[in-house]
Amino acid sequence: MSLLKIDELEKSYTADKRILKDINFEIKAGEFVSIIGPSGAGKSTMLRCINRMVEFNDGKIIFNNHDVGSLNKKELRKLRTDIGMVFQHYNLVPRLTVIENVLHGRFGYKTTLQGLMGRYSEKEKEDAFRLLEKLGIHEHAYKRCDQLSGGQQQRVGICRALIQEPKLILCDEPIASLDPNSSKIIMDLLKSISKEMGITCLVNLHQVDVAQHYSDRIIGLNDGEIVFDGKGIELSVEQINKIYGTKAKDLITS
Amino acid sequence: MNEKTMRKSRWQTVIFLLIIIVLTYLSSAITSFNFIDGVATIPKAIGWMLSNLLVTQETLDKLPNILEKLAETTFMSIAATTIAAVVSLFLGVLGSKTTKVNNFLSVFARFIASVSRNIPVVAWSLVLLISFGQNSVTGFLALFVGTVGFLTRAFIESIDEANQSSVEALTATGSTYFQIVGKAVIPQCLPQMISWVLFMVETNIRSATLVGILTGTGIGYTFDMYYKMLNYNAVALVTLCIVITVIIVDLISNYVRKVIL
Repeated sequence: MSLLKIDELEKSYTADKRILKDINFEIKAGEFVSIIGPSGAGKSTMLRCINRMVEFNDGKIIFNNHDVGSLNKKELRKLRTDIGMVFQHYNLVPRLTVIENVLHGRFGYKTTLQGLMGRYSEKEKEDAFRLLEKLGIHEHAYKRCDQLSGGQQQRVGICRALIQEPKLILCDEPIASLDPNSSKIIMDLLKSISKEMGITCLVNLHQVDVAQHYSDRIIGLNDGEIVFDGKGIELSVEQINKIYGTKAKDLITS
Repeated sequence: MNEKTMRKSRWQTVIFLLIIIVLTYLSSAITSFNFIDGVATIPKAIGWMLSNLLVTQETLDKLPNILEKLAETTFMSIAATTIAAVVSLFLGVLGSKTTKVNNFLSVFARFIASVSRNIPVVAWSLVLLISFGQNSVTGFLALFVGTVGFLTRAFIESIDEANQSSVEALTATGSTYFQIVGKAVIPQCLPQMISWVLFMVETNIRSATLVGILTGTGIGYTFDMYYKMLNYNAVALVTLCIVITVIIVDLISNYVRKVIL
């Protein structure tokens, strides 16, 4: 059964330019899917349409049997608790501690007042520490986030997404601001999360080789259109050229 | 080419200076202000100050009374600032681009801020004096209104400058508006906001004297009273007390600033 189904999705910010053109795909529960494509192809926009951080113009998104487009404010909030999100720039609150940032992931389940007062149950706190330990940053739990390195901050970001107990995690270029070593740690973590916890991952990536190495399936986006949808090994040089509109070799070495 | 532009800019400086000199001369000619005469009176004025503005033994008897008024004024300024800060926080959140609820409320908040800020605190004191009469509430309100204007403006700018990315992240987790404001926006701007509030406390303690003279309350009234009684020694004592208080408040707020930033 498919967890996410996107049907004829259309999005344009201005009348004359369509960012997403007739996007159709389905994602099964537990899949690890990468979306690759050049900058400006609409990868980020597409990801943000799924949890309606960006309102789409036309088409249908069915997530977990809910029609995302027709949800009201309260239902949307409920839906967002089921979708974790990881960002390129981690998007943590820099002046707060690691553990506080992780627990922010629980806000969707709380009333406004509980959230503002910072009232978390024992279980939530234990879960937060368990996740930090799992991702190997528990010794930094009481440090302020701006004292951490990029890779560590991204792990905090992943913890914040995981504590939501999501069915789907959307990752918007999670390794684009990281060095190769940290990138590997983060991608390995995402892969193991999807394997062990059975959480579906939808990852925007720049690097073709990374996408091929980690994902069950790759979706290639160019100028708002899906030009490839299949397994990593099926991705040929011609198809990479088609996605990026350049020679693949220049791209990988650069 | 390069030399040409440099010569040009040198000429611009000369012309600019000439214009300023001509303007100064013209305005002093029009207002019949004679600069030489003005300078000539300075030694005399200093002499008068030195002979009259001295703290003498008998004025020290008035010290408890002065200190009481000074404390009243200081605490009034602090109260006016902190209460204004709370109001400004709401207006700032409404007014900022990042956290606005809708455009109408945003414009409304900015409008309130600019109205209360662009009318000088002196004008507010006089207007409020007529409507509220001569009591400490008038002084309080005059400071309050001016502070709301200034702090709202400062808070809007602090919030606008804060990083938007954590707002996006919290929205994506399904947080409510107030959770986002309270846990993502405010923690980021808090040091700047506290810094502005401290600055306003200092400013308000200074302006409280002037507001007091105009509205007949607090230390300003005491100053005015002794001044009109021609008791210049007491005036000197009052001034000295104000200066010391302002310096102490400055030192405290600088310390607090250093700790939080």
